[in-house]
Order: sequence, then structure tokens, then C-alpha cells
Amino acid sequence: MFDPQRIQLTVNGREVEATVDSRVHLADFLRRELQLTGTHLGCEHGVCGACTVLVDGASARACLMLAVQANGRSVETIEGVATPDGALHPIQAALSRHHGLQCGYCTPGVVMTLLELQRESAGRVVPEEEIRAALSGNLCRCTGYQGMVDAALEILR
Amino acid sequence: MKAPPFRYHAPADLDAAVALLSQLDNARVLAGGQSLMPMMNLRVAAPDHLIDLGGVQSLRAIEETPEGLRIGAMVTQRTLEQSALVARLCPLLSEAASLVGHQQTRNRGTLGGSLCHLDPGAELPVVAAALDAIMHVAGPSGARAIAFRDFALDYLTSALAPDEILTHVTFPAASQGATSAFMEFNRRPADFAIVSVAVTMRLDAGAIAQCAIALGGVSHAPVRLAQAEEALKGMQATDAAWDQAAQIAALIACDGDDLYPSDYRQELCGVLVRRALGLAHRRAEGAFHV
Ligand code: FES
Ligand code: FES
Repeated sequence: MFDPQRIQLTVNGREVEATVDSRVHLADFLRRELQLTGTHLGCEHGVCGACTVLVDGASARACLMLAVQANGRSVETIEGVATPDGALHPIQAALSRHHGLQCGYCTPGVVMTLLELQRESAGRVVPEEEIRAALSGNLCRCTGYQGMVDAALEILR
Repeated sequence: MKAPPFRYHAPADLDAAVALLSQLDNARVLAGGQSLMPMMNLRVAAPDHLIDLGGVQSLRAIEETPEGLRIGAMVTQRTLEQSALVARLCPLLSEAASLVGHQQTRNRGTLGGSLCHLDPGAELPVVAAALDAIMHVAGPSGARAIAFRDFALDYLTSALAPDEILTHVTFPAASQGATSAFMEFNRRPADFAIVSVAVTMRLDAGAIAQCAIALGGVSHAPVRLAQAEEALKGMQATDAAWDQAAQIAALIACDGDDLYPSDYRQELCGVLVRRALGLAHRRAEGAFHV
């Protein structure tokens, strides 16, 4: 069964129009149709957070959202975080400085989570507890989180 | 895995959603998708039709009414966590909402989705049990209201008829002098609770005028600890009262599994009930001193 759905959305500030099968989730749509392969898929059932993107500014599991549900919305992915000339976003630079990544599989999701936290905090000092709570939605099998927490503490103070 | 094929429907209002649900075979309602989508990706659920309530704006309101706090089924857990109105009228709900899943799932997961899915480890059904929430549902033959205790029927099974949709939930507003606490135990923060407890209490000159205790994770649906609620009535609000409630809680019949057998859960019930009652009481004391 093919159930074509016409969708129109913004991805990293760019207008996108496409026809998708209703069963295609947002992560597959980004990766396969738009070649935005920075959004990773770990578990595909909502537990690992590798697929985290921002939808209208709010973090979401792109494996638990259908592409058709993104119709009319604004989606931000890891590809839109650094400036077009490749200069790292402060969150990315801090993660790099603090060794907040090793294999990097979880990193796009981590960056999107921290980006949401940074915007919501709007300059307020974010306590470590809150940073750890936010990162609890992103599984990392490599780093033990300390580098990520250190990076976030530096950015969010 | 990927979800099996289905047809997608996006009704613009409740009537259209109810009509679709009663006309289509093997249809499921899609709320926030934080439970249904994993089930579909794991091929545990395979509906032929998905009716997305995302576009039904009338299900997203939070209002203060004479009956209490009226919350639309599509209000997200993140909104519950952040709403000043919810914090004022129903602080127990705010507190529990902040413990549901992760921020990335609370941004999409809804009150109605959680209450209809009825996972035994979920937080919000325990709050609904403690507060005697009223579930308002709509179907082809009209609307009806169901008390939460009659709504949670069995494992992942609510009293909704196949052609009914939960529209909103009414939580009685916290009364003057009332206090509450929500606590849970899990191995990692933000996991499903192994055992969770919601308590509310009304104090009158140092004595317990009324209290409600609900436990999650002990059975297919949340359980009210009626025996302890009765026993505490009229007692002084002291450690002795919390100990007595804890003893009753630790005797409750618990379902167990390989990871967390029933005696382990019983132990947790006792500990959490004691702690939650103590915390609720300390909160009341704090409030009196302000
Ligand atoms: S791939 Fe989406 S949460 Fe794991
Ligand atoms: S850096 Fe390897 S999973 Fe996080």
C-alpha cells in the first residue's frame, strides 16, 4: 500500500516540498529524500535520542514522528547548526574542546538537545542537574557524559 | 524497524475524527505518538488507518472550571510541566509530568495519549487515580464521562469503546490546605517507574483530615491504597502515621516480573509511600511558614 501525502515544510530555513508515503518517519525523510544524513538512527523506537531534531524549536524524536506530521512546520537538523562557511556553533566547539564525543554517533542528537536547552535558558545559568536531565534523553555508549556535561556547563553559565 | 503501511487521516475537528474512527476498520488514533509509534515500528501494532489528532485544536485547551482543572487530551506533557495554571491548581500533575520520559518525548507526548495507553510504569495514570479524575470521551452517539477508576480496565486497556476518543480530563482543583507529592523509583532517571506513588493530603490543625494514596507499577492499572487512606484519617501528621501507611503499602499484592519480583516491588511501595507522605507534609509546613 502506498499512501502518498503532499507536504510542505521548512528544513534549516529552506522551503521543502515533497510527496511522501505516510509510513515514512521524519528521520528517514531527512536522510533519504533530503540527503541530510547527520540525523542518525540508533534504535528507531524512541529510546536512544540519536535522531533528535528540533520541530518548531522543540526537540523531538525524528523516528517517532511521521514526515507527514511535519507538514507546515519548521525543522532544524544538525546540518543547520554550524554557519554555512563551516564555523562551528559554540556548542559544537565546546564539545570538541571538552572531548564530549568519541565515535560521534550520538553527537548530532546531543547538539540538538543542548541547542534547545541553550535557547530556553536565555542566558540564565543552567545547573548541572538540569543539564544531566536534558542529556538523559541521549544515549552515549562512548563518553561517559562527563565531557558533554563540562561542555554544556561552559556554554550555559 | 519501520512502521507497517497504513492510510493517514488528518481530521480538522473532533466531529470529523469521531466520524472517521467509527467508519474505518482497524483504525487507531494518533495523539503524540510517543507510545504508538514505537509499537508500530516494532510491529506490535499494525493499524490499517491512523487518525492524527494533531490538527484538532479544540483538544489543546487548559481551563479553570467550577468542576476543576479541565485539560484537553492533546495537551503535551511538556505543557503540563510548564503551565502556571496547572502548577497552581494541580501541582501533583505538574510534578508527575516532569518525570514522564525525556524532554524530547514530553514535547510531543500528550496527557490523553498516556492516560489511554495505560502503561503500568507510566506516571500520569497514577495522578489520575489519586485525584479521581473524570475522563470525558466523545463517540458517534455523543459524549460521556467516566470516572478514572472505571476507565483503567486492564493491561494497556481502557474503557474507551473502539469508536470513542478521549477529549479532555477534569482534575479537581487542590483545595485550601491541601498538599501533595509524587515520587517514583527507577534505575536510571527518566525510565519508566518500577513503582511510583502519588499522594494528596488535607491537614486540619496538625491532623490528617483526608488523604489519597495511589500506586503505579504494582498491577496492570494504578491502585488506590484505600485501607491506608482510612487508617490515616484523623491521625496526627507525624512519622508514626507515615510508618503505618508504609506497613499497609508493603503488604499490597504486587505483580512481579523477572527483573523486579513482587516482594521487591512491595518493599518499594512501603518506602515510597512513607517518603511521599513525609514530603507532602513538609511541603504543607513550608507553605504555612511563608
Ligand atoms: S533512533 Fe530515534 S530515539 Fe533512537
Ligand atoms: S560518542 Fe559514541 S555514542 Fe556518543
